[in-house]
Amino acid sequence: MTENIPVLIILLPLCSALLCLALTAAGKNLGIIFVKISCLASFMLSCIQLQMVVTGGTIHYAIGNYAAPFGIELVIDSLNAVLLVCFSLIGFLTLIFADNFGDRKRPMLVGGACAETALLITGLLGMTSTGDVFNLYVFLEITSLSAYCLISLGGSRGVVSAFRYMLVGTIAATFYLLGIGVLYAVTGTLNMGDMKEILSQGGHDDAMLTAMCFLIPAFGIKMALFPFHGWQPSAYTHAEPGSRPLITGVMGKVPAIAMFRFIYCIYGTDFRFVRIALIILGVFSVAGMLYGSLMAMGQTDLRKVLAYSSVAQMGYISLGFAIGTPIALAGAFLHMIGHAFMKGGLFFCTGAIRYKYGTTDINDFGRIYKQMPLTCGLLTVAALSMIGIPPTAGFFSKWYLALGAAGQQDWIYIAVLVISSLLNAVYFFRLIEKVFIRQSSELKMRWKSEALELPVSVILPIVVCFVAILGIGLFNVRIVDILLMTLEGVGL
Amino acid sequence: MMTTINAFLAAKGIYMLTLALLALGVAGIIVCNNYMKKLICMNVMQVAVIFFFLCLGQKSPGTIPVAVDTAVKASEYINPLPHGLMLTAIVVSLGTTGVGLSLLLRIREKYGTIEEDDLLRREELMTRKKKDGGDRN
Amino acid sequence: MINLMALEYRPLIAVLISLTASGLIYVLGEHIRPNAREGITLTAAVLKIAAVYSMIPAVLAGKTIKLELFSIVKGVSFAFNVDPAGMVFACVASTLWILTSIYSIGYMRGHGEKNQTGYYAAFAMCLCAATGLCFAANLITFFIFFEVLTVATYPLVVHYRDAEGTVSGRKYLAYTLISGQIFFAGIVIIYATAGTMDFVPGGFIKEGMLPMPWALIVFFMMVGAGIVKAGVMPLHSWLPAAMVAPTPVSALLHAVAVVKAGAFCTLRVVLYVFGPEAAKACHGADILAWMAVFTIIVSSFIAMRKYNLKARLAFSTVGQLSYIILGICILTPYSTAGALYHIVAHAFMKITLFMAAGAIFVTTHKKDIREMVGIGRRMPVTMMAFTAASIGIAGFPFFVGFVSKANIIMGAVAMGKPVFVATLIASALLALTYLMPVVFIAFKKNVDNPDFAEYGEASYAMLIPLVITAVISIILGIAPNAGLHLFDLSLMAGNQIFTPLM
Repeated sequence: MTENIPVLIILLPLCSALLCLALTAAGKNLGIIFVKISCLASFMLSCIQLQMVVTGGTIHYAIGNYAAPFGIELVIDSLNAVLLVCFSLIGFLTLIFADNFGDRKRPMLVGGACAETALLITGLLGMTSTGDVFNLYVFLEITSLSAYCLISLGGSRGVVSAFRYMLVGTIAATFYLLGIGVLYAVTGTLNMGDMKEILSQGGHDDAMLTAMCFLIPAFGIKMALFPFHGWQPSAYTHAEPGSRPLITGVMGKVPAIAMFRFIYCIYGTDFRFVRIALIILGVFSVAGMLYGSLMAMGQTDLRKVLAYSSVAQMGYISLGFAIGTPIALAGAFLHMIGHAFMKGGLFFCTGAIRYKYGTTDINDFGRIYKQMPLTCGLLTVAALSMIGIPPTAGFFSKWYLALGAAGQQDWIYIAVLVISSLLNAVYFFRLIEKVFIRQSSELKMRWKSEALELPVSVILPIVVCFVAILGIGLFNVRIVDILLMTLEGVGL
Repeated sequence: MMTTINAFLAAKGIYMLTLALLALGVAGIIVCNNYMKKLICMNVMQVAVIFFFLCLGQKSPGTIPVAVDTAVKASEYINPLPHGLMLTAIVVSLGTTGVGLSLLLRIREKYGTIEEDDLLRREELMTRKKKDGGDRN
Repeated sequence: MINLMALEYRPLIAVLISLTASGLIYVLGEHIRPNAREGITLTAAVLKIAAVYSMIPAVLAGKTIKLELFSIVKGVSFAFNVDPAGMVFACVASTLWILTSIYSIGYMRGHGEKNQTGYYAAFAMCLCAATGLCFAANLITFFIFFEVLTVATYPLVVHYRDAEGTVSGRKYLAYTLISGQIFFAGIVIIYATAGTMDFVPGGFIKEGMLPMPWALIVFFMMVGAGIVKAGVMPLHSWLPAAMVAPTPVSALLHAVAVVKAGAFCTLRVVLYVFGPEAAKACHGADILAWMAVFTIIVSSFIAMRKYNLKARLAFSTVGQLSYIILGICILTPYSTAGALYHIVAHAFMKITLFMAAGAIFVTTHKKDIREMVGIGRRMPVTMMAFTAASIGIAGFPFFVGFVSKANIIMGAVAMGKPVFVATLIASALLALTYLMPVVFIAFKKNVDNPDFAEYGEASYAMLIPLVITAVISIILGIAPNAGLHLFDLSLMAGNQIFTPLM
């Protein structure tokens, strides 16, 4: 049993997704409950797996017992293990949260959305844990296809955004396929570890460079890194409200992990053009951090504000890759985890406010804190974390990024981190001002109850994110230690 | 001069063709105004990559990878793996096209058009209407 | 089993008490009655005082109280270290918390304020942060509390939720967040070059660790946060703007937590991170001292032209805080002790002044000094306290202001800086010229202003705290060591910093 955990984590949501519609047809809520249970199981298994990896080291799992390099391999190192826990938790919370947004009269539609969410979770978890470049492509497409469907469920705007995202996303997937095609042509293998072995013998610099030229835009598009982010704001804004926290919180991060794997685990830092690649990545990140924040300032729809802020925050992550020391990489991954909870949490709040008042325009948020203190509490904490005020998670990832930059004497990156925090402060404090200070606006409450501000299934994810943001902040060293078990050897 | 070009084309020419096809597809996605055409261009682009992989697997003294008595060494067969990979890619491309087509149907249903500039005009109209409505309330 | 009452846990307890109080008030606030809410504040304040005071004997005896909790970032612990300098500030903050709380109750009720839950929660949070930064053992712990203080003060500044408050709030955030983030970058650079962040009396930056232009740049990146909060010109303009807040908040901002945290931050950076030698070698201390001199003089002149009592007091604060900065930058043991003691002195005097101003406002709704003619007859106790504090600010002997200023002047004389001596003396006279008119107007002879005929003294909840602070500022002036041995603590801190150099 325990040796099969890596594959079970992926299989459970996959099976539940496939069975979901059939079960929904049999009994109205049966499918959704089944999906929830299997995702919860997946989350618990990834916790056990993290424990196993921390004590016993990296797990290599050969699917179907076909040994690597010929079979597909799942590689769970400490990095993957932590991220899997984080992603599966957000996936589970999103499923709980999504319950409140479906159209009750059309159970098949609700069941379908639930199945798509579970498929998205499958794809994300699979992309995180796979050790095979073509398998990564397959999971990437699972992720993308389910994301197109989920985005298209968000009304007529959603359909158009989904179609545009599909075109761009397919270009990305095609580029990725071309990139690994080139690499396959020179190495004759698809296994990441094996590929690294062969590439490190040298002599393939030109092919590697060609592949890199395809791979960076491919991942850039998928993670919505500036300047490849064009599809992202409208897709994030118009996605189906129930699954939006997962799409915004996790979907952009997983391609970033893949990018990390290619740059640092397959190419390695001995690659002749690595410095140039990192500088280009650094330029993209810096431009993205500034552009995203500036655009976010101009928006009035909270969803758009947060979407542009994601462009900026992805810049933090790729900045960590661009700096490239183990400590900066740890910062990037810490930010990945932290930001998943922050952005997820903020979209949980957006959803909660929309659920209660039916609006997402921040100009309508006059003193809503009176009615929803808890939601606004998380909103504030997540916003402070985005800005990077201690002791929230965002501060510590920024700390490691800045420390890494100082170690490499990249003073300009430190300056950009400072400027970006301040830009974040501008639009997040504008939001806080609206929520706490502005004149109360007359909003019609859609949901009323004496005891609670919101239904439990909305409050639970909010509370978990709240705890996670502070917890990751205060106990970041534990996470960084686990991350460094893998990162120690790979950085510059 | 001619001989070098000929040699190059003989060895790599097919890759050039696939890359040209790829560029055509990407350009089409960007340039076309009609969403259906965009979707077709997307398919062209995907086919280009499939060709690319198949060319990789090809070699001239080699037969299809089905065991026959006359060929016993592995080098006498072409590499089956790219074909296998491309089977998957074709399935994915089929799935994407399917999703794309159904999205197009929905767009047509909601906006009554699949021309990009018409669509943009309508979206703007919707935004304005929403804003006016908001002001009135 | 950990003995939670052990001495080394006391700083943690002192911090946690306020944090718990803040959390309880925010969560329960709207569901419990005001009495219970205020009860939480007062209980926490009393417990906190007990926790802080109980550490004084050990610190006086020269013991170090250290507590390392867990690593907060890789290689650095979340740690507390109680030293004399931190102790002085902690005593002031915890003592004044209880007095301001009692006063707040009178003020808020007398004035019928809204949003009291948020007010008390944020207030407790500020105190939590202030105590935390007193006891912080290294830069990152310090920075955490420093930023928490920045954020927790924001709801207090925008308390009235009106347009003016919003603008002031933005101004406050702009100043403090920008300087805070630059401080952060400075900490990163310091840690990357020195490899340590623990405060050491006398500093851990050695000469030559940072090449020259960088040393000065990093110095100002670090002290920037401190001098913004302490309102050193030209970075002071948030401070008068923050005057829109209710008076107890102004009292907290200007006398207890925020501005003093800024001064304390400067102290830590100049003397515990850079140390006297490095600070002198990079000319940072000199430049800062001249900025302080400029501020002292200019702010006094601006104060004279302000007729809103609170605004006048705000500019007086700007000037007085620069005494502390100047005392730090003169870099002698006496001036450092004087600067630390001025934290105490100014806190008690200025809080008296603000409480008096608030009492006048709540009873008579007057803000303008020119309208206060003859108010001394109606509110003699309040105005007597105001007079005492004014004289103290000017630095008359037998008032607490004298002790601190005398020490700073002694330091300046020892370093042979006549200009600083002249500035300090001139500013004492200037302080008289802008505070005494208020007293004269209030006690104007033979005028019985009909406006005030119906008014008497403010309620006891407001009157008692301000009388206590006024009395304390006189007692401490006569016997600087009375009660808490604050002067000894200041001297100890001064000696600790400069002993390694002698």
